[in-house]
Amino acid sequence: LLAGGKLDDEAWEDVEDTLLQADLGVEATTEIVDSLKQRVQVAGVPDEDEVRGWLHEELLKQVNPTMDRRIAATRIDGRPAVVLVVGVNGTGKTTTVGKLARVLVAEDKDVVLGAADTFRAAAADQLETWGDRVGVATVRSDREGADPAAVAFDAVKGGAETEADVVLVDTAGRLHNKSNLMDELGKIKRVIEKQSPIDEVLLVLDATTGQNGMRQAEVFSQAVDVTGIVLTKLDGTAKGGIVVAVQRALGVPVKLVGLGEGPDDLAPFDPAAFVDAVLD
Amino acid sequence: MFTSLSDRLTATFKNLRGKGRLTESDVNATVRDIRLALLDADVALPVVKEFTRGVRERALGAEVSQALNPGQQVVKIVNDELVGILGGETRQLRLAKQPPTVIMLAGLQGSGKTTFAGKLAKLLKDQGHYPLLVAADLQRPNAVTQLEVVAERAEVVCFAPERGNVGGHDAVTESGEGTQSFGDPVWVARAGVGQAKVRGYDVVIVDTAGRLAVDENLMQQARDIRDEIQPDEVLFVIDAMIGQAAVDTALAFQDGVDFTGVVLSKLDGDARGGAALSVASVTGRPIMYASVGEQTKDIEVFHPDRMASRILDM
Ligand SMILES: Nc1nc2c(ncn2[C@@H]2O[C@H](COP(=O)(O)OP(=O)(O)OP(=O)(O)O)[C@@H](O)[C@H]2O)c(=O)[nH]1
Ligand SMILES: Nc1nc2c(ncn2[C@@H]2O[C@H](COP(=O)(O)OP(=O)(O)OP(=O)(O)O)[C@@H](O)[C@H]2O)c(=O)[nH]1
Ligand SMILES: [K+]
Ligand SMILES: [Mg+2]
Ligand SMILES: [Mg+2]
Repeated sequence: LLAGGKLDDEAWEDVEDTLLQADLGVEATTEIVDSLKQRVQVAGVPDEDEVRGWLHEELLKQVNPTMDRRIAATRIDGRPAVVLVVGVNGTGKTTTVGKLARVLVAEDKDVVLGAADTFRAAAADQLETWGDRVGVATVRSDREGADPAAVAFDAVKGGAETEADVVLVDTAGRLHNKSNLMDELGKIKRVIEKQSPIDEVLLVLDATTGQNGMRQAEVFSQAVDVTGIVLTKLDGTAKGGIVVAVQRALGVPVKLVGLGEGPDDLAPFDPAAFVDAVLD
Repeated sequence: MFTSLSDRLTATFKNLRGKGRLTESDVNATVRDIRLALLDADVALPVVKEFTRGVRERALGAEVSQALNPGQQVVKIVNDELVGILGGETRQLRLAKQPPTVIMLAGLQGSGKTTFAGKLAKLLKDQGHYPLLVAADLQRPNAVTQLEVVAERAEVVCFAPERGNVGGHDAVTESGEGTQSFGDPVWVARAGVGQAKVRGYDVVIVDTAGRLAVDENLMQQARDIRDEIQPDEVLFVIDAMIGQAAVDTALAFQDGVDFTGVVLSKLDGDARGGAALSVASVTGRPIMYASVGEQTKDIEVFHPDRMASRILDM
């Protein structure tokens, strides 16, 4: 980082490159580099380790370790908690529902899954396989193209009747620029709310996603009040840096990370570990 | 959000019209604008650097300083260079002289392989071919069922001798090899090609499991499938929303399965799709198809010029 005891342009470019290559985006990167430059200016010529430490601090500040990252997944006011899982196509929604169910079952909770993706080929089968795998029931329709809102409603109703702790509702992947599909998602939410409040809306973002992740987060938040982000596929080379901008712009915390395709590959989001990986 | 690159460059050069030579600092400002636009479009950083170096050289040359509108001239240069890298002319699918033509699909998890298998099958069927889909993803829960449904929608036949991961049991404990397969995908692929020969299908499309660039085992499995069936085309399916990971991913798949062409998926979204430039630039492989929706009909031949405008937001 330091050439001959001082930070030259090349060193600053290295810092910038590291952040850009983690998908932080130009805006967040510029902001972090600028505040780091300011610190260096004020403090005079620091040593290399100190600057590294500061970079870590600046980035951690952006990720905001103080946010509440708990998942609402216990009975509330005598009814099951309701978790709705949303996102664009192929990010890992169904897999996340399966893994989350596994975690909750391990905590001795009664879980019901709702297969409100009635569109994608074999989507309900995929969710049901996950349900069987972790030993929980899946509410689904056998009819392709059935009304997803009705399935979601049935799942939540079923969860209430069996006095479950939590109902996890999987939805079809949809691109945020398709207004009819976003309207459909709004309808799913409204129909569920006829039966029960929704306690958690998780937006699943794929860590390989670039700057488009910001648009996804904005539009999904407008449609269904996202309460948490799940960052999947962090087991690859991608760092998922777009969540820095997303958290900041929307104030919605990353709550969980996906680390593989297996049932145990889900973990709470750890801000310090995230920063370590970005700067690695 | 900034205004389009085209607007910004035109503004940068507004006061220069007719002044003759551009100064170094005019060009630096321009190159910086281009860099930002490309990064915002998710073009991978090493590719951005190489690209802007090339543009910088041309921007300092005579063609710009003598232009009536240097801004527009630079935009044109950028556009030409982009189209050049993305592939001036689209390559057609290579059909085997001796049928069946074998096509293997590969890519990251969730990139759109299975959906694309159905689209390509339908496209080829409509052109008078007789395609067979082969279900060689035995890993992702219900991938085989998914391909069967996809085949039904495309009105083609699906060869699925193994059910894959449907049992509701856990691969980790059952087979002792992590999440790797319930059955042998290499065998399924070979049997699929054999089936096509026996039954007279003239195109075989092999769907494979999603895999990460860093997953050595699964990459080896893909390589084994490739070696076994000797495909005429290996198509790498990549999500248009991907960011900086595009380069690592593309290089790993090139090294792993030496793909012959690229499919850019989910282009019906609003991502600028800089990955197209990254992948084409680092692998030199042509982008052949655009996948533009969830339905069987949503497939297009890739248009480099449209993609260039999209990346630059022009
Ligand atoms: N490596 C890795 N793969 C994952 C992870 N999460 C999901 N996947 C894989 O990504 C692919 C897509 O996952 P799904 O759960 O089907 O994604 P989805 O969002 O439900 O997809 P749609 O319903 O089609 O929109 C599958 O192959 C999963 O096994 C993860 O954390 N790491
Ligand atoms: N909007 C849109 N969605 C697409 C497109 N291609 C695929 N999808 C969707 O993306 C999701 C994943 O597609 P798949 O075909 O299952 O992807 P895959 O690469 O086979 O996934 P794995 O087998 O899990 O690795 C599904 O929801 C598809 O409907 C596309 O071009 N546009
Ligand atoms: K990673
Ligand atoms: Mg799903
Ligand atoms: Mg697939």
